[in-house]
Amino acid sequence: MSIALTTADQPCEHILRAGNTNCAGCGMSLGLQLLEQGLDGARPTLAIPACCGIVTAGAFPTSGYGVPVAATTFASSAAVATGLSTIAELNEETEPVICWAGDGGTYDIGLATLSAAAERNENIIYICYDNEIYGNTGGQRSSATPEGVRTTTTPKGKCEVKKDIMRIMTAHRIPYAATLSIAHREDFLQKIRTAAATRGFRFLLLLSPCPTGWKSEPDESVDLIEYAVRCGLFPLYEVFDGERYRVNVRPDGTPLEEYTSRQRRYTSADVDLGHLQSEILKQWRLLDGLCNAFPAEGKMAGRAPKRN
Amino acid sequence: MARELITGNGAAGYVLAQAGEANRSARGCCCGAYPITPQTEIIEYLRGFEFAKGRVVPVESEHSAMAVCIGASLGGARAFTASSANGLAYMAENVFAAGYFRLPIVMIAVNRTLGPPWNIWADQGDSLALRDAAWVQFYVESHQELVDTILMAFRIAEDSRVMLPVMVCMDGFIVSHTQMVVDLPEQQQVDAYLPTCSIPHRLNVDRPATVGGLAWPRETEHMRHEIQQAMERVPAVLEEARGEFEQVFGRRPHGVMSAEYVDEAETVVVASNTIARTVRNVIEQRRVGGEAIGLVSAKLFRPFPRDAIRAALHDKRRVAVLDRNHSPGSGGIFWQEIAATLQGCDVEVLQDYVVGLGGGDVTPDVVNRIIDDLVKRETSAEPVWEEVTA
Ligand SMILES: Cc1ncc(C[n+]2csc(CCOP(=O)(O)OP(=O)(O)O)c2C)c(N)n1
Ligand code: SF4
Repeated sequence: MSIALTTADQPCEHILRAGNTNCAGCGMSLGLQLLEQGLDGARPTLAIPACCGIVTAGAFPTSGYGVPVAATTFASSAAVATGLSTIAELNEETEPVICWAGDGGTYDIGLATLSAAAERNENIIYICYDNEIYGNTGGQRSSATPEGVRTTTTPKGKCEVKKDIMRIMTAHRIPYAATLSIAHREDFLQKIRTAAATRGFRFLLLLSPCPTGWKSEPDESVDLIEYAVRCGLFPLYEVFDGERYRVNVRPDGTPLEEYTSRQRRYTSADVDLGHLQSEILKQWRLLDGLCNAFPAEGKMAGRAPKRN
Repeated sequence: MARELITGNGAAGYVLAQAGEANRSARGCCCGAYPITPQTEIIEYLRGFEFAKGRVVPVESEHSAMAVCIGASLGGARAFTASSANGLAYMAENVFAAGYFRLPIVMIAVNRTLGPPWNIWADQGDSLALRDAAWVQFYVESHQELVDTILMAFRIAEDSRVMLPVMVCMDGFIVSHTQMVVDLPEQQQVDAYLPTCSIPHRLNVDRPATVGGLAWPRETEHMRHEIQQAMERVPAVLEEARGEFEQVFGRRPHGVMSAEYVDEAETVVVASNTIARTVRNVIEQRRVGGEAIGLVSAKLFRPFPRDAIRAALHDKRRVAVLDRNHSPGSGGIFWQEIAATLQGCDVEVLQDYVVGLGGGDVTPDVVNRIIDDLVKRETSAEPVWEEVTA
């Protein structure tokens, strides 16, 4: 039965094999390598919906992944992962089940599925690599696309604001939620370790540069994320049980232009940097308020799943 | 074996739970569950069942119910669910995915009208819309047949020569919500009948394959051809499943179809689900009056049992097909299949009757009217609409 075959199905020490199909400078490439390092030798099973992340595997019968992968329908990764992790649990297998999904599969078409898996506190690590567009289909808008940004379906710049998926996910009071930066390796690895050591639903958001869609230089991808964190656009923080907050890196006054001027997607006349800057300040007022009111102190244990 | 007065839904839930439980010594079982009338009691029963090694996941949609089954099956477990009508339509993308993934999932489809208009009564259009989804499909006449077919469904689905999902379809309300006396199996009989589930392509950290990713036309054509070949093996595997069933349960369940009084008849009526039972009663009465009319009760729809249908009908003078389903712009869906199957045969009249849509009550009077019309026909016409409530 040929659906079952992958010629490269001998064990491989890496999650992401050399020779995959990612564009140069794709945030996924570094993201998957850091994921592997953070997992400290654990061998995950991945559920990947329709997105660039499944094209990464390349064409049958080869695979760019060195771990088992279920290529799911676009909206279904969290539900397929529910089935996989349920059977793993019933068989006392402890290797993690991880969803690796784009923003389209997370913020848009897969949101109901994701919300339901989070509400049930399934034993899954869900990682959204957020490139803020539908990369696989050629760079259309998603509800993760920032205000003002040009995509193939927002040729004059997007009118609406980016959806705050972290607030949505933490509102489910999942055991662990955190943001990840490919420019902050130690922070990234620490969060993967925390996620791996926690049971129940864990949500990780990775801002993932996409030189192809962002119209940026492939060799500047890591720098871009560094600027995004330093100017405060992409806060690095963790939330335990949806109610205890910790900020990991504070903005240092780096101007937003350092980030936007290196991406031609930000060249629409509608991009208003002053407005975007005031949105960043608002975001930090909210986050600081939450951190002060509900601080995460010491070692946090997440809410373990209950089953009956 | 217990004899019990039980509804179709009650019986389906009971047998699904036993089948799941029978895999407790292997990788266990899992069901993604979402309610829709007239299927809901099945998943309610399953949610209340205490599995030794299994879990019923209360998901947020049918799309996810099937996705959970897909994940569990890719994890090597026995997986099953149930749905109806708009639930099946909402699930459709993952119904196809389950078939193309070659996962031996079993689903009960309680046939109900696809809305709008909102109508909860029996109509086969919901499951027949999924006929091309690479699922084996059975249509059952009765409560007992439902029980027996579900048990055989797991054997067929999980047989290494098949490895395809199986849908067992029953009439909404007429079977799902009425009670009949049924022989229900004991757990140890089900344990004896169902080998533990073994899925050769289950995901496994020791063999890191990517299942379901990108494929070029050549490989895709090959995978589709393999599905066709697997489908063609189903009738032989079903025969084996019947034989084993008889050894364990002491009665012989149905095969691909049931041909009754056909040899001596010039006129034959083809029907499925509960309409076949009404037709049987009418035919038996008319035989007392000297009319030689035969019945084909169709059960296996995918793969379509062409050889058996041709053998039963190729030399008949008049054949009627009763379809409680309808493909707009064409006609009844069983009729389309039978017309294609009987190409080149000597059947003079092959007449389709679209009857009982939206749960219209197909009474003996309605069937008599159809047979009266049939026996007078010299040539076949376009599908006849027999509006039973007119
Ligand atoms: C039901 C369904 N609708 C549409 C598509 C087409 N499609 C495939 S991937 C994709 C966009 C994926 O975007 P995202 O999740 O952001 O991931 P990315 O491609 O950016 O990595 C779309 C629209 C599909 N595969 N399935
Ligand atoms: S299009 Fe963007 S997200 Fe997709 S592989 Fe290329 S760089 Fe990565």
